[in-house]
Amino acid sequence: MLGHPVFPEQEPHEHQPAVDGVVIEDSENVIEIRDLMYSRGARVIFKNLNLTIKRGEITALMGPSGTGKTTLLRLITRQLVPQHGAILINGVDIATLNTRELYVLRRRFGMLFQNGALLTDLNVFENVAFPLREHTKLTNRLIRHVVLTKLHAVGLRGAADMMPAELSGGMARRVALARAMVMDPEILIYDEPFVGLDPISMGVIVRLVRRMNDALGITSIVVSHDVAEVSTVADRSYLISDGKVAASGSPGELSAANSELVRQFMHGMADGPVAFHFDAPDYEEQLLGRDSG
Amino acid sequence: MRTLIRDLYNNLVEFVRTFGAFQLFFLRVLSHAPQMVFGRPGLVVKQIYNAGALSLVIIMVCGFFVGGVLGLQGYSNLARFNAADSVGALVALALIKELGPVITALLFAGRAGTALSSEIGLMKATDQLSAMEMMAVSPVKRVLVPRFLGGVVAMPLLVAIFTCIGLFGAHIVAVDLLSVDVGAFWQQMQLSVDMEDIQEGVLKSFVFGIVASLLAVWEGYNAIPTAEGVGRATTRTVVITAISVLILDFMITAVML
Repeated sequence: MLGHPVFPEQEPHEHQPAVDGVVIEDSENVIEIRDLMYSRGARVIFKNLNLTIKRGEITALMGPSGTGKTTLLRLITRQLVPQHGAILINGVDIATLNTRELYVLRRRFGMLFQNGALLTDLNVFENVAFPLREHTKLTNRLIRHVVLTKLHAVGLRGAADMMPAELSGGMARRVALARAMVMDPEILIYDEPFVGLDPISMGVIVRLVRRMNDALGITSIVVSHDVAEVSTVADRSYLISDGKVAASGSPGELSAANSELVRQFMHGMADGPVAFHFDAPDYEEQLLGRDSG
Repeated sequence: MRTLIRDLYNNLVEFVRTFGAFQLFFLRVLSHAPQMVFGRPGLVVKQIYNAGALSLVIIMVCGFFVGGVLGLQGYSNLARFNAADSVGALVALALIKELGPVITALLFAGRAGTALSSEIGLMKATDQLSAMEMMAVSPVKRVLVPRFLGGVVAMPLLVAIFTCIGLFGAHIVAVDLLSVDVGAFWQQMQLSVDMEDIQEGVLKSFVFGIVASLLAVWEGYNAIPTAEGVGRATTRTVVITAISVLILDFMITAVML
């Protein structure tokens, strides 16, 4: 499907080289979240959240809408700062890093944003080339080679000259995926990677996620509602609900779980502990205008 | 009464806090400026084109008509004192010292300033700035600084063009339409305008360039990332720039008199 091997087998780095004089050692648990508390205004998003993401695994973060999955990704990458608790990346509390150290750390991340977040003044090729131009001194010829390889992997080599405004939502997301992996990151974060993809693209992307993870020895975090697709690719899943981890385990273990909440989510049932309706006054009373509001 | 005093106090504290943040933001932008000028001149040149070249039409059209109006008003008022020949001097001093820098800055705020604010605000709303952060690229350095520098460089050039076109407009009106002697028109101008007058105009154009560009990128960067928030930021850019330019114009004029 992909033509030729895009990601040749390679040994993951055992010792990280210094980047800008900053060395971040590897550890078995790539990410550890301890007693995380985060609230926005009066609304508590997380209360004593604990989870661990192991090196080389694909970890899925799932949960009903509004549970703060994207917020959790932003906390992990320190785009947001928690009110309490610690987030350790390779054993280092990211809250203690200064800006330079944080940027060095972020070079080891690749992130696929929910809406793609392509730079609208650059074409597809330049969007994918952006991190290479900013962080490396590669020749234009080499950059061209790398970018075309990544675009080929997501099936959009032919769209290299198009502008983001000319792309469909699914195409934009695939370009963003190419950009996220262009620096060969150690940790790839996908925020809703399967939304807006047609079945063919989704199949290719799912296999690509698995293949990149195994071939490059990276660690992947996938936030998705798509239980079926995530289950085919994830090694471990965390189900987040009500501000904490409601269940965790392999997709198979979660599917077989007895918990009412887990069963409701994994099997997409309308009835269960997670209410479909947001808190509201009585429907009939409100329609008849008899509610106090 | 107590509520009023408390509101006033809160507003004052908020103003001081915002003003302090604005100054820190200015220092942050300045600290990256040399790196951008010498390391990535292409990015700055592109923004000079966006802020300067793309504003040329509005600047030239407005400059022509402002000069023309000055020619008309100057002629009709000076003619009462038999001093119509001095219309060239009046137009030149008005354009070089005041109207050139001030009107160009106001037009710049309306065209380039709003474009900068809305562009940066939309980049924020569509996660482009967050994506840059995640790629370990500082959005302040990569996005804001080139746009700020582009505005700072473009403004004096636009002021010079506005002034020249204004003088041309005044010449058309006064000399060609109202029959003021062409020799007197230019000679009076040459005799009246000193290097100090030009220095004042150049100083104002640089100061207004800094203020207008900085406010535009500040408002865009701090916009609430929604359609409404970006709209508000764009409006605020024009309003605050206009007020700041007029206040600064008064202060610089008072100091340089």
